[in-house]
Amino acid sequence: MPTDLELRAPDGQPSSRTVVPDRETKRPEREFVRFTRLQRALHACMIISFISLALTGMSLKFSYTAWAVMLSRLLGGFQTAGYIHRTAALLMFGVFATHLYDLYRLKKHEYKSWRALLFGPNTMLPTRQDLKQFLATMKWFLGMGPRPLYGRWTYWEKFDYFAVFWGIAIIGSTGLALWFPILFTRFLPGSFINVATIIHSDEALLATGFIFTVHFFNTHLRPEKFPMDTTVFTGHMPLAELKRDKPLEYEALVASGQLEANMEEPQPEIVVRTIRAFAWIALSLGFSIVVLIIYAMLFAYR
Amino acid sequence: MATRTGRGARKRLAWVGFLALLLGAGAAPAADLSNDDCLACHSDKTLTTKRWARTVSLFVDGKRFSSSVHSALSCTSCHADLEGKDLPHSTPLARVQCGSCHSDEQKQHANSLHGRAIARGDALAPHCVDCHGNHDIVPVKDPRSAVAPLKIPFVCGRCHREGTPVQTNRKIDQHNILENYSESIHGEALFKKGLVVTANCASCHTSHNILPHTDPSSSIARRNIAATCTKCHAQIEEVHRKTIKGALWEKEAHVLPACVDCHQPHKVRKVFYTQGMADADCLRCHNDERLKAADGRSMFVRTVEVAGSRHAKVSCSQCHSGVNASRVRPCETITGKVDCSSCHEEIGQQYQRSRHGQLLVAGDANAPNCKECHGTHHVLGRHDPESVTFPTNVPKLCGRCHREGQKAAVRYIGRQHEIIQHYTESIHGKGLLKSGLTVTATCTNCHTAHLVLPRSDPDSTVNPKNVPATCGTCHHGIQEQFVQSVHSALVTKTDKEMPVCSDCHSAHSIRRTDETGFKLDIMDKCGRCHEEIARTYFDTYHGKVSRLGYTKTAKCYDCHGAHDILRVADPRSHLSRANVVATCQKCHANATRRFAGYLTHATHHDPKKYPFLFWTFWGMTTLLLSTFVFSGIHTLLWLPKALEMRRELRAAEQSENEQESGREQLEEKAGSEDGNHAD
Repeated sequence: MPTDLELRAPDGQPSSRTVVPDRETKRPEREFVRFTRLQRALHACMIISFISLALTGMSLKFSYTAWAVMLSRLLGGFQTAGYIHRTAALLMFGVFATHLYDLYRLKKHEYKSWRALLFGPNTMLPTRQDLKQFLATMKWFLGMGPRPLYGRWTYWEKFDYFAVFWGIAIIGSTGLALWFPILFTRFLPGSFINVATIIHSDEALLATGFIFTVHFFNTHLRPEKFPMDTTVFTGHMPLAELKRDKPLEYEALVASGQLEANMEEPQPEIVVRTIRAFAWIALSLGFSIVVLIIYAMLFAYR
Repeated sequence: MATRTGRGARKRLAWVGFLALLLGAGAAPAADLSNDDCLACHSDKTLTTKRWARTVSLFVDGKRFSSSVHSALSCTSCHADLEGKDLPHSTPLARVQCGSCHSDEQKQHANSLHGRAIARGDALAPHCVDCHGNHDIVPVKDPRSAVAPLKIPFVCGRCHREGTPVQTNRKIDQHNILENYSESIHGEALFKKGLVVTANCASCHTSHNILPHTDPSSSIARRNIAATCTKCHAQIEEVHRKTIKGALWEKEAHVLPACVDCHQPHKVRKVFYTQGMADADCLRCHNDERLKAADGRSMFVRTVEVAGSRHAKVSCSQCHSGVNASRVRPCETITGKVDCSSCHEEIGQQYQRSRHGQLLVAGDANAPNCKECHGTHHVLGRHDPESVTFPTNVPKLCGRCHREGQKAAVRYIGRQHEIIQHYTESIHGKGLLKSGLTVTATCTNCHTAHLVLPRSDPDSTVNPKNVPATCGTCHHGIQEQFVQSVHSALVTKTDKEMPVCSDCHSAHSIRRTDETGFKLDIMDKCGRCHEEIARTYFDTYHGKVSRLGYTKTAKCYDCHGAHDILRVADPRSHLSRANVVATCQKCHANATRRFAGYLTHATHHDPKKYPFLFWTFWGMTTLLLSTFVFSGIHTLLWLPKALEMRRELRAAEQSENEQESGREQLEEKAGSEDGNHAD
């Protein structure tokens, strides 16, 4: 059974061969480019937007708690909080639209057809392979098998990805109804606003809860990545990590000879530091929100 | 008389009977009329005649006549012109001449104002019958008598009362005679105490010899007045010793003032006593600053205090009553304390009914009496800014006892505390004390000044039943709205306690209604009774924003109204079908009817009332829970494996660091780990 360590042995040599001689600095190794500049920018925008939405929204949802009252004051009152919420929502819609446009461009320039993009080996859509890997992962969790060999996108990454689609559709549409109630009640009954409130609020609770716990664990807090994985911010992934976490992708890249083309110099130290600071802020805000929600739901619920 | 019958009479009777049949009317023989003969017709209650176009009853109550003083007389004794006439007699009869028996009275009457007026042919002038009645005259001592003492003022008052033709058309110098009399000490004694020996009209004016005061022989002529009054007030000169030197009474009575100069006729209580004389007597001692009572209290009276007071024109002895002017120290006969109610009677009654008065009666040492609040000699009116009862001073005045820790506050067991403190900070207190607005409500406006009763007393102005009316004395427009609202006991009949002004606005800490604090607080006030509906409100956007402490979103009163709350089914309600859209439009300018369908008290906890909300909520909750349970298990299962991986990675890193060059060892370790894995 191949483990990541086994896989590392044959591939460790080409990387050291290509990188080491060119380097005199401390960080000689070139890194694998996993995310494009635009993707990284979109993720950062989404963090800003998401945390803003969560903070402003939760201050209203949990208005019966003292922290909500304080938070609302801190944000400049419920009206300012409302402006922030709607501005952040627009940013989120923008992120979503830009991503769709990016997909269209990707299809046009790289994949040439939707079929290639959507059903190729690097697809974001769930596949039979994902189901197999999920089952294999379960076995691995239970000590009944080895760790599966994951490809470019694992099933949990795909789940996270589509959770955003789902969230934007559900929270976005109900949010618009709450934003423009008079417009929406032109063709929907007034009590739809009540329904929209419940859906918007509970789906938002699901999204925040999920992102700030499950997503955080899956990508950042897993002990082997602890305290965080900066790949989505820098766009770079150490080759060793690629080999360990995405062996199938690595193999495919090696096989197609595309690996070298996807390697880049590491980000400058200052950039990495800034990114780490930003990520730390985002992580701690996210965690704080989770703590506050749990407090509100367990101890202050009315 | 009825026994005087004979053959002839019988014959005549038969004849009369025939005549009666013929005429169809009752008739009696002419000569030797018996009372029964008269009553044969006059006992008929329907017997009437026309006189001056008026219908006059000719009924004579035989029973009452037989119990009258004149029962022994025959009808013809008085109706002399009927003697020897045939029956039925012609009408009208001549006026009865009472003087044929009562000649003295007749003479007096003929000489009196009334008699002379009759002689002049004055239609308004009274005859005997106008005062005494006719067939039912009883002795004066009999309470049934028309001229019994208790009735006299009304007999005279029939003509001598404001608005009567006599009072308006004839020259009468006095006005409001009956009213003044009934308020006078005499009138009060008669009407309130039933003292029949007290002076009534006839006591002073005489019964029949009524003459104008300008007539020297009149009982009320200036020189006769003293004699008239002393008929009752026999030793009055003894009492007036201080005022009028004793010798004068005997020697030069004509120089003395007449009784009525001081004690005005008819209103003998509202006296115009000459001031100063009696006071000077009191001040002979009480002007001494060193004067002390037996218990050490100073008995010094500052005359300037009295002079500047509301009672400047009231003499000492009017308040300190019970003096005996014949004593050398007239005040030694004073036994009681000053009784303000002898003049301020109504207020005195109110006070006695009040809690303060009740405590006083119960002998409570803490009970405030008049002087506790009003002071003694320096009493000022409540319109005088210097007065302790001037509006701006009232809270301080009441606070003397009702401030926290003071004698009234410590025994109080109700819910109101820090009363004065709260009042001072309230809208009323600020209006009064900071803005100097003297029309603002002070303690006495709500609790009254003298009829202060506990809330539990149904007559209390602060009893919940009466609170709307109490507040309504100033806030009348609000009261008008409130009494028509669902909260009014007039509208909603229920056993439950209905809210009144003070339940929402509080009693002593009433705030401005445009204050943020009040606006937010009022929702909890509504929620005290409307528990469920308030809870569901706080589940909505409006409620959540309010909960955060902002007043911009709709609160209870924005939709339901404040004082004019009506049932939603009422077409006048702000929330009726006709008005609800306009109500929403107060904030949502473009609101439509469908928009107004928003559920402002929606809850997702009620599957019956709001099934779609209930199921939406539980659908979402299920989604939430299943997602979290699934991903939670996934994460928890992952954790040990991830820890294991971390350990391996660390170990690998370490060995890499230790032996930078030696790859064999690394491979060896990998091999051994492989072995471990296989386990």
